[in-house]
Amino acid sequence: MSRIFKYAFIIFWTLFVLAPLSWALVTSFKTPAAVNQGATFIPWVQFDPTLDGWQDILGISGYANLIPNMINSMIITFFASLISVTLGGLAAYGLSRFRYGWKYYGNSDIIFFFIAQRILPPVVLAIPFFLLLKNLQLLDTHLGLILVLTSGLMPIVVWLMVDFFNQIPREIDEMAMLEGCNPFQAFRKAILPLSKPGIAISAIFAVIFGWNDLFFALVLTFTKVKTLPAAVVALNGTVTPFWTLAASAIFSILPLLGFVFVVERYLAKGGFSGAVR
Amino acid sequence: MGIKFYKRLFLLPGLLLLIAIIIFPLLFSIRVSFSSWNVSRSGLDFVGGSNWARMWSDADFWGAMLRLLNFGVVTTSIQYILGFMLAHYVWQGIKSGRFFRLIWLVPLMTTPSIMAIVWRSIFREDIGAANGLLKSVGLSTIGWSTEIVPAMFTIYVAEIWQWTPFMFLFLLAGLLILPKEPFLAAEIDGSTPTRTFWRITLPLMAPISIGAILIRLIESSKIFDSIFVLTSAGPGNATETPTYFLWKRSLTEFQIAYGATLALTYLIVMIIVLTIVAKVLTYISRPRGW
Repeated sequence: MSRIFKYAFIIFWTLFVLAPLSWALVTSFKTPAAVNQGATFIPWVQFDPTLDGWQDILGISGYANLIPNMINSMIITFFASLISVTLGGLAAYGLSRFRYGWKYYGNSDIIFFFIAQRILPPVVLAIPFFLLLKNLQLLDTHLGLILVLTSGLMPIVVWLMVDFFNQIPREIDEMAMLEGCNPFQAFRKAILPLSKPGIAISAIFAVIFGWNDLFFALVLTFTKVKTLPAAVVALNGTVTPFWTLAASAIFSILPLLGFVFVVERYLAKGGFSGAVR
Repeated sequence: MGIKFYKRLFLLPGLLLLIAIIIFPLLFSIRVSFSSWNVSRSGLDFVGGSNWARMWSDADFWGAMLRLLNFGVVTTSIQYILGFMLAHYVWQGIKSGRFFRLIWLVPLMTTPSIMAIVWRSIFREDIGAANGLLKSVGLSTIGWSTEIVPAMFTIYVAEIWQWTPFMFLFLLAGLLILPKEPFLAAEIDGSTPTRTFWRITLPLMAPISIGAILIRLIESSKIFDSIFVLTSAGPGNATETPTYFLWKRSLTEFQIAYGATLALTYLIVMIIVLTIVAKVLTYISRPRGW
C-alpha cells in the first residue's frame, strides 16, 4: 500500500516538474503564428516545428546572440561561488568548532547575522549598491557583480555548512591534532575529505543562486558585462516573444544541468560513525 | 600560534568580507530614511521621522505584509512536506534514484524571472496551455489573472514548483549525514518504519529542518518576479506583497526615502518574526523522552 502511494507520488511529482518544462520546449519550436493561434501541444500533428526561436538566440538569424552573455554568467558565477564556498566553509567550520562572542552575543547570533543578509530584497539594495560600486568605479565590471553576489551566496553556504560540520564528531579533529596537526591542518586533512556531500550541496546552491540573479545584474551592469538572465529579459518587448523566451529558458538551464550532473555524485550516504577509529 | 589565531583564521575572512560589502548599503538606507529624497528632490536633507510616521499608518503596506504572512506560511509548509517526502524516498532508495534526483532539481535551475514568463504563457487566458487543456476536455476556461483565487493559485503553484527542490536538496543533505547508530538500535528493537520515522528520523532532522524552513521563509518573502510577470499584483492589489509594494514606491515612483523606510521596517519585522519562529520550532522539536 505504502509502496503504491510512494511510486504514485513520485510519478505525479515528476510529471508536475516536467509539465512546464515540456511546454517551454514545445513552445521554443513554434512560429509566432503558431503561438498566437491558441494552445497546441503536439509538434507535426498540431503545428509545424521550426528552429526560428533557437536561431534567434544563438546569433544565427542576427536577432540576438546569448553566447557571450552565457560566458559572462559563467565567469561571474564561478568566482562568486568559489569565494563563497571557500570563505563560507571556513567560517562555518569555525562557528561549529569554536566559541566566539562579544558581550551577550554568541555563535548563534553570528550565524543569524550571516543569514540576515538575505532578508532584504534586491529591490532595496539596488540603489545603495549602485552608489557603492560607482564610487569604487566597479560599475559594469565582473568584479563588482562578483562581490555583490558573494554577499548573497556566502550566507547560504554558512547556514548549511554549520549544521553539516556539527554532525561530524569532534573526536575526528581531536584525533588529528593528537597526531600533530594544527587546527587548520586537522580541518584540511581530516574534515575536508568527509565534507564532500556538504561542499557539493553548498556549491550547487551557490552556483544556482548566482547564475539566476537578475536584479543586481540589471542595475549594476549594462553593456560591457551583461549576464544571461539580464540579456534574456531584454529580449522581452511590447509583444512577448514566447517562442524565443521559451528557447532561452531551456538554453540557460543547460550549463547548470551539466554542473549538477557532475557534482551530484558526491551526495552519497555518509554517516560518520565509521570515521572514528 | 595559539588557538585564538586559528579561531580568527576560520571566521574572520568571510565575516569581514561580508561586513565590508553590506555595511554601506545598510547605513546608507538608514540615513536616507530620515531624508525626503524623492523624484523631484534628490539628496540627503533631514526631515526627522516623518517617513516612519507615514509607514506606521500606511494601510496598504501592512495589508501587503499580512498577505505575505499567508503566502509564506502556506508555500513554505507545502514545500517542506513535499520536499521531505521526496528526500526521504531518495534516502531510503528508489529505483533509478539518480535519474529522479536530477530531474527533481531542474526547477531550481530555471531562472525565476524567465520561468515566470513561461508560466505566463501557460496561464494566458487566450493562448495559454492551462485554458487550452480545460477547453479540450470540455470544461469552461478560467480567468487566471482576473479572478482573485486563480491569480493567487498561479503564484502559489509557480513558487511551489520552483522551490520545493530547494527543500528537497537541503533536507537530503541533512538525511545523508545522519548517524547510523540510532537506526540500527531501532531495528534491533523491532521498531516499525512509521515509528522509526516519527521517533528517530524526524527529531534527528530537527536542526536542519528549522534551518531549511527559516531560509525558505526568508526567500519566499522576497517574491517579486512571478508577481510582476503573472498578475502585476492584481486583480486590484490582491496579490501585492511587500517587495512589490516597495519596488513601486522606490523604483517607479522614486520615493527613495520612503522606500528605504519601508525596507528597514520590513527588515526589522522579518528579524523579529524569524527569531520567534526559530524559538517556537526549537521548542516544539526539543528532545523528549520516549
